[in-house]
Amino acid sequence: MPSLGADMEAGTLVEWLVKPGDRVKRGDIIAVVETEKGAIEVEVFDSGVVKSLLIPSGTRVPVGTVLALLDTGEQAPLAAEEARPKEGAPAPPESVKTTPAPPPAPPAAAATPPAPPGRLRVSPLARKLAGELGVDLTQVEGTGPGGAISREDVERTAHSAREIPPTPATPRAETPADRFAAMRRAIAAAMSRSKREIPHYYLETFIDMRPALAWLEAENARRSVTERVLYAALLLRAVALAVRQVPEMNGFWRDGAFHPSEAVHVGVAISLRQGGLVAPAIHDTDRKSLDEVMRELRDLVGRARAGKFRSSEVSDPTITVTNLGEQGVEGVFGIIYPPQVALVGFGKITERPWAVDGMLAVRPILTATLAADHRASDGHRGGLFLTAINRLLQEPKKL
Amino acid sequence: MTEEQIKKKVLQCLSRIAPEADLAALEPDVSFRDQIDLDSMDFLNFVIGVSEAMGFDIPEADYPRLSSLDACIAYLKCRSLESAA
Repeated sequence: MPSLGADMEAGTLVEWLVKPGDRVKRGDIIAVVETEKGAIEVEVFDSGVVKSLLIPSGTRVPVGTVLALLDTGEQAPLAAEEARPKEGAPAPPESVKTTPAPPPAPPAAAATPPAPPGRLRVSPLARKLAGELGVDLTQVEGTGPGGAISREDVERTAHSAREIPPTPATPRAETPADRFAAMRRAIAAAMSRSKREIPHYYLETFIDMRPALAWLEAENARRSVTERVLYAALLLRAVALAVRQVPEMNGFWRDGAFHPSEAVHVGVAISLRQGGLVAPAIHDTDRKSLDEVMRELRDLVGRARAGKFRSSEVSDPTITVTNLGEQGVEGVFGIIYPPQVALVGFGKITERPWAVDGMLAVRPILTATLAADHRASDGHRGGLFLTAINRLLQEPKKL
Repeated sequence: MTEEQIKKKVLQCLSRIAPEADLAALEPDVSFRDQIDLDSMDFLNFVIGVSEAMGFDIPEADYPRLSSLDACIAYLKCRSLESAA
């Protein structure tokens, strides 16, 4: 069970998307896990052949629990005790481990007709319901278009399964209110930990957005609607490039020391329609073009609101950006998401009097703030970081 | 295309973006953003959906003309007549 955020202690394995004997390659989505922040698609971080699935669908297990065994061909033996939950240990991103080739033990669910090859077609609602009711989706007969599994199919299967109690599954009968409360608890726990452990300092600067907005307006006028860029993408690129100039803002505080990250994975705080928020990452934000960042941002927001993340996106942001300008907020003084060491906040762009070359002008001004960890940096470096963001936004075509 | 057909398409696009919104209670002459929790990404997706449904591109300069249901219908009817001409 991968750690999908500092606030995550356990997760429910909702559904396996592979079965023993399947060949998988790095990046494939192999399972769906339910956390307080929604359903998350778990990717595999090695290529190989699935040897066995250790955790049945519907089971809630602590972070660090080995979920499956994968034969990568490297023949690295795995001691039996390694397959037990590792309390408190930082979970590796892999949800699977290698093992010599014991006869694969089919999961309990695969004892009856094998699942059809490829992914099951399941509606998001049906998938969530299956997690709540502990229903193995491979055992559900889909009656929707092309055999798609609907909510009714899951309910029917759950009803018939009550006559023959499932063995290991732990049914969860949570209401939306329960789930919302669980998310608030998870956010509160992470934020309390952050305020307790991280000596925050805050800085603020004002950025003249006229060059960026004028450039964007001209650029978007030439583009079709599907290719247009929001200024939020410019902000993400500016933060990602500024981080390369001030690397103390990018990385993790772990085991009493700052570990800078070579990769720049900017986390984007996204509010959810049902309440709460998540902050998945756009990987390698500094290496991607503005158009690529915009495409990924659009995709990420859509999947966030549909409750469909990938494990790598939620587990490894190296710095987070939160933009509350559209909610009318001018300044954002955020709480760092541990183990990260910095959070950049953007507020609303407002027209303000602005002195330019000794003359008074009216300019669209953005308030940018930094919450940073005094253990990893100080105000001097933080100031340079905000100044770098400002400078980059004055030359938007270079973003 | 009739106003009723345009209205149906607009509401379909909105329901995909804000499935929790009670579109039956939407005030037609009040801004969407005052009635539904839409951010700029939602609005961009709405414009993309409407463009696809109507079969023509909508310039960014015209976004203010899509601010409410009534405004949308008037603008899209006009553009659809231009396209047909």
